[in-house]
Amino acid sequence: MEVFTQQLINGITLGSIYGLIAIGYTMVFGIIGMVNFAHGDVFMVSAFIALVTLLVLTTWFGMGSVVLALLIVLIVAMLLTSLVNWTIERVAYRPLRGSFRLAPLISAIGMSIFLSNFVQVAQGPRVKSIPPLFNDVIVLMSSSDGYDVSVSYKQLMVWAVTAALLVAFWFVVTKTALGRAQRACEQDQKMAALLGIDVDRTVSITFVIAAALAAVAGTMYLVYYGVISFADGFVPGVKAFTAAVLGGIGSLPGAVLGGLLIGLIETMWSAYFSTDYKDVAAFSILAITMIFLPQGILGRPDVEKV
Amino acid sequence: MVQEASRPASRVDLVRALREAAITALIAFGMFLPLIGFNTVQNIHNELVLETRWPLLAALVGIIAVGRFLYALLMAPWLARRAMRPRKQHGEGAVWRARLGRWLIPFTLGFAVVYPPLALSVVGFQGAVKWIDNFGVQILIYVMLGWGLNIVVGLAGLLDLGYVAFYAVGAYSYALLAKTFGLSFWLLLPLAGCLAAFWGILLGFPVLRLRGDYLAIVTLAFGEIIRLVLINWVPVTNGYAGISSIPRPTFFGIPFNASDEGFAARLGLEFSPIYRTIFLYYLILALALVTAAVTLRLRRLPIGRAWEALREDEIACRSLGINTTNTKLTAFAMGAMFAGFAGSFFAARQGFISPESFTFMESAVIVAIVVLGGMGSLLGVAIAAVIMIGGTEIMRELDFLKVVFGNEFDPTQYRMLLFGFAMVLIMVWKPRGLIATREPSALLSDYPVAATAPLGPRSDVAEPPLVRGHGP
Repeated sequence: MEVFTQQLINGITLGSIYGLIAIGYTMVFGIIGMVNFAHGDVFMVSAFIALVTLLVLTTWFGMGSVVLALLIVLIVAMLLTSLVNWTIERVAYRPLRGSFRLAPLISAIGMSIFLSNFVQVAQGPRVKSIPPLFNDVIVLMSSSDGYDVSVSYKQLMVWAVTAALLVAFWFVVTKTALGRAQRACEQDQKMAALLGIDVDRTVSITFVIAAALAAVAGTMYLVYYGVISFADGFVPGVKAFTAAVLGGIGSLPGAVLGGLLIGLIETMWSAYFSTDYKDVAAFSILAITMIFLPQGILGRPDVEKV
Repeated sequence: MVQEASRPASRVDLVRALREAAITALIAFGMFLPLIGFNTVQNIHNELVLETRWPLLAALVGIIAVGRFLYALLMAPWLARRAMRPRKQHGEGAVWRARLGRWLIPFTLGFAVVYPPLALSVVGFQGAVKWIDNFGVQILIYVMLGWGLNIVVGLAGLLDLGYVAFYAVGAYSYALLAKTFGLSFWLLLPLAGCLAAFWGILLGFPVLRLRGDYLAIVTLAFGEIIRLVLINWVPVTNGYAGISSIPRPTFFGIPFNASDEGFAARLGLEFSPIYRTIFLYYLILALALVTAAVTLRLRRLPIGRAWEALREDEIACRSLGINTTNTKLTAFAMGAMFAGFAGSFFAARQGFISPESFTFMESAVIVAIVVLGGMGSLLGVAIAAVIMIGGTEIMRELDFLKVVFGNEFDPTQYRMLLFGFAMVLIMVWKPRGLIATREPSALLSDYPVAATAPLGPRSDVAEPPLVRGHGP
C-alpha cells in the first residue's frame, strides 16, 4: 500500500510533465493536422535554456532566493522557447502548408535531428547536472518497516505550476478571442479565413503557446531530475505523443489525462515489473491505443470524407 | 530611363531590407543567446559553470543578419520577377533534360561498375580501401535500403518510420544463425530476407487500418520496441555489447584470408584486405540492382499497379475492389525483405553488430533519402543517397578546415547537424523531392509521347500530372 501511494505521487508528477508536452502535440495536430515531431526536442532545448538562465542567476548574480530565481527562469525559458518555436514554424513548416501530406512531417523530423545535434555541438554531449533544489520532503505515511511515503517540495511545485498554467491556458482557449480563433481554425481554416481570422497568425500563436507549455515542462524536468542532456528530447517526446493519442488527439483535457495515465503506467511498471522494459511498455501502449482505440479516450471518431 | 524609374524604388527596398535584417538579427540574438552565448562546462569540483562565447554569438547573428539583408535586397526581387515571367512550356530545356535523363542512368551504372578499379588506379592499394569501403559500400547499402523502403513509402504511400527494425532483424538473424549453426552467408542471405519479411507481415498486420501520420508513429514505436528488446534480451543478443566476430562472407566457399586456401593464394596474388572490400562492393551493388530490377518489374504487375493506386487514393482503390489489406501487407513484406538482405550483408561486412546501429536515427535517414530523392523515383533515391551519405562521409575528410577554424574544430560532429538542416532545406525548396516527376507506369500506345516525356518540365506544385493511361 505504501509503495503504491508513493508511486502514485511519483507518477502524477511525471504525468504532469508529460501532459504539458502532450498539449503541444495535440494543439498543433488539431490546428494543422501535423505531428510536430520536433516538439520533444523543443522541450529539450527549453530545459537547456532554463539551465543556462538558472546558472546565470545563481553564479553570476548570486541570487539567494531560489523561488524568485525559478520564477525568472520559468519566464525566460517560456519567452525564449516560444521565440525558437515561432521561428521553427516560420522557417520549416509554414512554407509547406498546403503541400503534400508527408512534407511537414519530414521537415519536422529534419528539425528534430537538427535541434538535438545543435545542442550537442553547442553545449557538448555530456549530461549536465545541477545541484538539487528543495530537497525537503513531507512525510505523509510511515509504516512499521521503515518505508515512508513522502511528497517532496519539488513534486508539490511541479503540481502547483502545472495546475496554475493549465487553468490559465484553459481560460485562454475557452474564453478569449484568440481561443475562439484557434478553435475556428481547427474546424475549418478556409471558412475561418473568410470570416476575417488571420490563419497564419493563429497558427503561429498556437506554436508559441505549445512552446511555452513545453518550456514549463522543460524547467520542471530540469528541477525535478536535476539532469539534462541533448538526447533527452526524443523519448519524453514520444511518450508525450503517446499521451496525446491515448487521451484523444485534438482534445486538450485528453492530453492532460493521457499524460497522467502514461506517467502512472510508467512508474507503476518500473515499481512492480522491471525498469528495463518501461519504455517498451510506453511504446506498446502507443501501438495498442492506435490500433484498437485510434480516437483515444476523449477524442471524437475521425470520419473519413470523400 | 529604366534606371531612373527604378531608383526611388531601390531606396525603399534598401530601407526595408535593412529593417528586415535588423528584426532577424534581434530574433537570432534571442534564440542563440542562451545556447551559443553561454557554454556550460564542468569545473574541477564537478560543478557546472558558465563560459561566455560573445564573439561566436556575434559572428552567428551577423552572418544571419547579412544573409537576410542580401536575401531581401537581391534574392526576393529576383524571385518575384521570376514568378511574373510566364513559365516556359516544353522548350529546349525539357528536351535537354530528357536527353540527360536518358544518358544519366547508363552512365551512373557504368561508373558504379568501374568504380573499384578506378579508385585502385587513382589512390593505390592503401588508400583505395577507404574510398571503396567508406564511400562505395556505405553509399550502396543506403541506396539499397532506400530502394527497399521506396516500395513501402514511394509506391504504396505508407510512411514507415521503423524500417530499421527489419534491417536489424536481417542483421541479427545472420549473425546469430551463422555463429550458432555455422551456416554459410549464401544460405543465410535469403533466409534473413524471409525472416524480415515474416516480421514485416507480423508487424504490418495490426497497423494497416491506420493511415498517414498514425501509421508512421506506430511503425516508429515498433522499431523502438525491437531495438529495446535487442538491448534487454541479453542471453540471446548480448545486449549493448553486441555480437562480435561474425563469420565473413566467402567467395563461394573460398575465404578472404591470408591462408593457403584463401582467395589471394588460390589466384596467385599477394594477400591484401582490398580483395574482400572489392568483393563486398560488387556484392552490395548486385543486391541493390536486384532490388531495383524487382521494383521495376513489380510496377508492371497488377500488384505494383495496386500499390500505386493505393498511394493515390485509398478510398477509390477500395471501391474498385482492390483488397487493400493484402496490397499493403505485400508492400510491407517486400520492403522488409530487402531490408533483411541489406541487414545480413551489413552484419557480414562489419563482423560486429550492436543495437547502436539500429536507432531511430537510421530510420529517419532512410526515410529522408526516399522522400528527398522524390518518392517513387529510383534514380532520385540513388542521387539522394549519394548526396546525403557521401556528403556526411566527406565531412570526415575535411581536415583542411582545421587550418581555418583551429585545431579543436572537428567536422564530423557537424554531420548530423547539417543532415537535419539539409532535410528541412530540401523539403522547403522541393517538397516533392529532387526528381519530382514520376515516370508513368502505364501508357496507351497512341498517347502522344511528348506530353509524357520522363523528366519533363518541373512541377513543384501539388501532384505531378500522372498519365491517364490505365486503360482497359
